Amino acid sequence: MKGDSMVLTELRKGDRAVIRRIHADAELRNRLHSFGIIPGESLEVKGCSLARQTMEIDVDGTLIALRKEEAEKIEVEKL
Amino acid sequence: MRPERIRVALVGQPNVGKSSLINAISHAKLHVGNFAGVTVEKSEVKTRYCDPEGCGEYEITIVDLPGAYSLNDYTQEERVTREFLLDEEYDLIVNVVDATHLQRNLLLTAELLELGKKMVVALNMMDEARKEGIEIDAKQLGVILGVPVVPVSARTKEGIDELMQRIVEVYKKPETESKIVYSDFIEEEIERLEQFFRERHYRSEIPYRHLAIRLLKEDTRIYKRMHDEPIWIELLPILREALDHIYLHTGKKDIREIFADEHFAFAKGAKMEVISTRSMRAKNLTQKIDNLLINKYLGIPIFLVLMWGLFQLTFTLGAVPMDWIDAGFTWLADRVREGLGGGELASVVADGMLGGVGAVVLFLPNIVILFLGIALLETTGYMARVAFLLDGFFHKFGLHGKSFIPLVTGFGCTVPAYMAARTLKSRSDRLITLFILGFFSCSARIPVYVLFAGAFFGADKAGNILFLIYLTGALLGLIAAKILRTFFFKGEDDPFVMEMPKYRLPSLKLIYHVVWGQAADYLKKAGTFILAASVLIWFASNYPKQPELERSYQQQIQRVQKEGEKQRLEAELQTRLMEGSYLGQVGKLTEPFFAPLGMDWRLSVALEAGLAAKEVIVSTLGVLYSMGDQVTEESSSLQERLRQHITLPTAIAFIVFVMIYLPCMASMAVFVREAGSWRYLGWLFLMTTGTAWLLSFAAYNLTRLLT
Repeated sequence: MKGDSMVLTELRKGDRAVIRRIHADAELRNRLHSFGIIPGESLEVKGCSLARQTMEIDVDGTLIALRKEEAEKIEVEKL
Repeated sequence: MRPERIRVALVGQPNVGKSSLINAISHAKLHVGNFAGVTVEKSEVKTRYCDPEGCGEYEITIVDLPGAYSLNDYTQEERVTREFLLDEEYDLIVNVVDATHLQRNLLLTAELLELGKKMVVALNMMDEARKEGIEIDAKQLGVILGVPVVPVSARTKEGIDELMQRIVEVYKKPETESKIVYSDFIEEEIERLEQFFRERHYRSEIPYRHLAIRLLKEDTRIYKRMHDEPIWIELLPILREALDHIYLHTGKKDIREIFADEHFAFAKGAKMEVISTRSMRAKNLTQKIDNLLINKYLGIPIFLVLMWGLFQLTFTLGAVPMDWIDAGFTWLADRVREGLGGGELASVVADGMLGGVGAVVLFLPNIVILFLGIALLETTGYMARVAFLLDGFFHKFGLHGKSFIPLVTGFGCTVPAYMAARTLKSRSDRLITLFILGFFSCSARIPVYVLFAGAFFGADKAGNILFLIYLTGALLGLIAAKILRTFFFKGEDDPFVMEMPKYRLPSLKLIYHVVWGQAADYLKKAGTFILAASVLIWFASNYPKQPELERSYQQQIQRVQKEGEKQRLEAELQTRLMEGSYLGQVGKLTEPFFAPLGMDWRLSVALEAGLAAKEVIVSTLGVLYSMGDQVTEESSSLQERLRQHITLPTAIAFIVFVMIYLPCMASMAVFVREAGSWRYLGWLFLMTTGTAWLLSFAAYNLTRLLT
């Protein structure tokens, strides 16, 4: 059974998920894309800073830091 | 025989080791670090290569371009790369690819292949990849990409020779054989457009296939170029139809997104075909370190403790060789005075040159330790972590997390820090960072701090005082950022998306280069700029001569009998002589401005001279306070002399002023270039000098009340 769709900020440290959609303007989407944050790819949440302002994710071996505002734009499906 | 010239553009994503690779090829000493955005400007390095087969000699110019995640010119330094690739003359591209992040790196490779240039791929960090258990079939990757792929390691220098050989080989070939194959529905449209050009015998310097791809990608440059050609009218409906087909097929309306998907499919496909992973050992290490260093609660305290440790070390460890240097210069100055017989020449060499330069060279150990600390921060990968930890906090003050990188660079030197601000995407973020960088004390201010902290707080507390000074400066910077963001540079918040590099142990060679490079720079500055400034200060404080005044005092001195009275008169003479000098006149003129801060004309002059460079403050004080003491003939250190002449509130006011006002002339020039207008320098001058004066005034009066 597939998990529900949610946004990246709802995940906790250690959670794994598949990227579903990116709800961002073309510029930010291109940026995320060039980091490998692309629908279909899987990611793992590696850590969050205090008050969940920023989070660190692992996509295909690349560690990426994202701010809350950006992470909210990434729709994922929890594994 | 003249060597043939080859011009190579070195391109790759950030932090894949482009600059390291150049250093490995050519013994250059380009700045390297372990985070995205170390190289912000292109730089050229020349090297020679002798082809063993053809026996031809080549002069290869490698252009090191700033790292770019893609060619979409997101940040300023990425624009440099894109514009170079599209507009400038070069023979071929060397695409540096990080073997440990193959898939993401191939996204850029796909974009580069679309440029239709000759290309060689350097698969860097192969040694690290092997350690992580990653095997890559370079030959097969070369077949997929249609360009040679050479496994290299900038660190172990493996594959460097082969890379050079391939560069020459590809250079000799008439055309590129690079290829990127798209999905069938796009290939069909490309073929249709190619057919169109063929039928009309369209004259184009780029191959039809690349032309077609760039038209489909809605490349504005190509559109602009073809827009005025007669063929445009015929081309337009075909192109529109082609795009419609693609939109219909994908169900998407954004051609950039469609091509991005294509690149991704290409990169993923290529990676799957050539890579085999055995184990995941090394990555776990980064994970373990990160669990501690970016821990929710411990992360920031750990960072503060590390910084505190660095400043403690800067002071305590730096104090050891300081005594030797001090003793050395004092001894030298005494010998010079003896040897030259105490005339004007002896004075200019002993007081002017040795006094000024010695006062500055004294702080070499502190500077080297601080730069060593910053180098460790840069090369281990910790810098990006701190940016991550501080982004939330910074954000509240209207700063971007990435601003941390230029700000830390600013602890070393403000000039490269201004340039490092280019990694910030939005103009308002960049301007705010430029404006507040001066609050983050550069290493040139260390001599002033160490001198005053040591003189007025004692050696045991000086390290803490140093840390406090830096911390206060940083906090002031944050407050200034908030004010600037609220009233002057409003603007959209910029996304924070940042790669966290793997932790790496810096090589000893790298550390050696940093330490030696900084020490050499500092000594060079002391031997040239500071030397000249010291002589100038010496001259301005010794001339014009005042024979009248001297004569009248000499008569008085001869008349009095008591030894104490004699000495008092001698000292008074020296003071009046100094006050009458050019320097004294300038100091007297500006004294009213500094008087409310408890500073006399000597300190005023030192601060004014400090606008040229902060080390000049110390050398000026060295010159000014060494001459007053000739009379008493006791060779005391500058610290002791300052303690005799200056009160604690004045000393604190002085430190506060130095903390805040403009760093130096060189930095002002760079500031204007980076901010884009002289007007901003005017504002910066008003802002920093005004703040410096007010806070200095407050500090002076507060300390007076408390002591």
